[in-house]
Amino acid sequence: MPVTNSPRTLFDKIWDDHVVERLEDGTCILYIDRHLVHEVTSPQAFEGLRMSGRRVRRPDATVAVVDHNVPTSDRSKPIEEPESRLQIETLEKNVAEFGVPYFPLRSASQGIVHVVGPEQGISLPGMTIVCGDSHTSTHGALGSLAFGIGTSEVEHVLATQTILQKPAKNMRVSVEGKVGPGVTAKDIMLAIIGRIGTAGGTGHVIEFAGSAIRDLDMAGRMTLCNMSIEAGARAGLVAPDETTFAYVKGRPFAPKGEAFEQACDYWRSLASDEGAYFDTEVTLAAEEIVPSITWGTSPQDVLPITGSVPSPSDEADPARAAQIQRALDYMGLEAGQTIAGTPVDVVFIGSCTNSRLEDLRAAADVVRGRHVAEGVRAMIVPGSGLVKHAAEAEGLDKVFLDAGFEWREAGCSMCLGMNPDRLTPGQRCASTSNRNFEGRQGPGGRTHLCSPAMAAAAAVTGRLCDVRELVKETV
Amino acid sequence: MDKFTELTAIAAPMPTENIDTDQIIPARFLKTIQRTGLGKNAFAAQRYDADGNENPDFVLNQEPYRHAEILITYDNLGCGSSREHAPWALLDFGIRCVIAPSFADIFFNNCFKNGILPIRLPREICDELMDDARQGSNSRLTVDLERQVIVRPNGETIAFDVDPFRRHMLLEGLDDIGQTMAHDAEITSFEHRPSRAWVPSITMGTSK
Ligand code: SF4
Repeated sequence: MPVTNSPRTLFDKIWDDHVVERLEDGTCILYIDRHLVHEVTSPQAFEGLRMSGRRVRRPDATVAVVDHNVPTSDRSKPIEEPESRLQIETLEKNVAEFGVPYFPLRSASQGIVHVVGPEQGISLPGMTIVCGDSHTSTHGALGSLAFGIGTSEVEHVLATQTILQKPAKNMRVSVEGKVGPGVTAKDIMLAIIGRIGTAGGTGHVIEFAGSAIRDLDMAGRMTLCNMSIEAGARAGLVAPDETTFAYVKGRPFAPKGEAFEQACDYWRSLASDEGAYFDTEVTLAAEEIVPSITWGTSPQDVLPITGSVPSPSDEADPARAAQIQRALDYMGLEAGQTIAGTPVDVVFIGSCTNSRLEDLRAAADVVRGRHVAEGVRAMIVPGSGLVKHAAEAEGLDKVFLDAGFEWREAGCSMCLGMNPDRLTPGQRCASTSNRNFEGRQGPGGRTHLCSPAMAAAAAVTGRLCDVRELVKETV
Repeated sequence: MDKFTELTAIAAPMPTENIDTDQIIPARFLKTIQRTGLGKNAFAAQRYDADGNENPDFVLNQEPYRHAEILITYDNLGCGSSREHAPWALLDFGIRCVIAPSFADIFFNNCFKNGILPIRLPREICDELMDDARQGSNSRLTVDLERQVIVRPNGETIAFDVDPFRRHMLLEGLDDIGQTMAHDAEITSFEHRPSRAWVPSITMGTSK
């Protein structure tokens, strides 16, 4: 471990504490503390181990869940789609054969891998965490270095508990001040992506800092870090603080008693040092961030809800103008139109970005006393069985059901439409997920990314609209 | 993994930015438990219409690009999902080299692990190569990893950078795991560092 006296960032410190060996060309063998596994990106990795006669080096640092393919309707019936069923059965066979701890579909704790990890205390501050899934960056909210990997790397981590990587560059995104009413972590993150672009973070790890970030609860920090990948970053993280420790304390797999106190001391030491060097610095004023929505087919195609869709004719670069036109055509929007007022067919509140209890509460606050607009299908998919249970204990299920929402079982669901929850061609959806790519929620589907409160507002008005106007009415 | 040394092949021009891995292989095709067989659904949404018929306007449906082994695009190729199904689909289609001004990190890595060489070149050079590619089958590009150059149809060479470790692995067709396992002693000693005592083990007995 190189001990240097020069000031280091949070990322540098976690990195340095996990370097097993630095190879000649600067590639590091980096130790991995937690490896999360799901059914879609792991079958070929386990098959690779089997074919080369290798074992899982650290089953006690590995956890598997099913989430992407699982139906979010009645779980008592067998899974209908044969390929989905095969993928789940394959995972079950693999975890049994290799001795990997597993949250099966019938477990009360089953859910989206990026909700389950923090919720169970499996993901902890100061750790290196990987998963064959780009939104692994979510776990960075705890102050861990968490990133997505491909299936070959999944196999590499299963076999060696390490990964080969070169250090990333450091970027700090500071959001200072207080956000206005109706502005959430999702809006902050969409504003950041709108500012730096979907490739702005390439090669970097982003540390989110500033008073507006400190003020966020853990669910909000997870939303923020979740979408780091949409800014092109390898990972996002927030320095662990008292909010983090209070969240971690008492979770099933977190350290207990004295071990917890010792861990907190270590975690406290991880914050970026005064004067640490960041390759890139970006600052946003919290007051300037408004409720946001995407209009196009890339997460950087973001607008304030009060804004208008761009025109290709305003673009000097012909390739960019063509892309705007293509996005407008795909989305069924007119150049220059206002985004508010656009009618929606579907509202999806869920995904690893926004399916935690706090997200459901925010949506319920908008929905209470209102009803889903005529002709709109609105669904709530909690991030885990435990989130669902906690929401029911508060009566949120009743708020949603009374208003005409579907109240479903935990999973990825319409975030990517691998299970039966899919948009049909041309359907327009206000979605709390993280990707608005063409076809992401189903072939031909049109996705507008927004916060849970904004999605709830779209559900009850039947249109994309400024949630602040609804909240104003209630106060 | 197949070695990559030198490739002389047809290149398909795709002058688009931000080609995400959902486009390269849509989620509904991720249900496979194998690495092979994804080529027919590479770029499915653009390649086929709703009835499964080929869209004649899409470059990979046109001659000679049906036989392309090189793909040239604009910035941020492979953004989005970490799915390795994207390089698997490209490889299964026949692509062995991808050229773009910039790549998303995970996709870039995933290419190397599957014997696909990703090459970063400035946008102007990508434009020139795209012009070459548009000339069709008489206009093949040669990618020489040993010498780290692309040879244009007019004989001009363009040098490119590649990480020495990755280059070595590709030239030899080696897999990373065997290499890393040779460092087993260092990994084991890392695991026993006293500073790591706080890291809990996960056993399902400790949870419900
Ligand atoms: S909820 Fe969506 S983004 Fe998150 S892990 Fe599932 S599919 Fe991926």
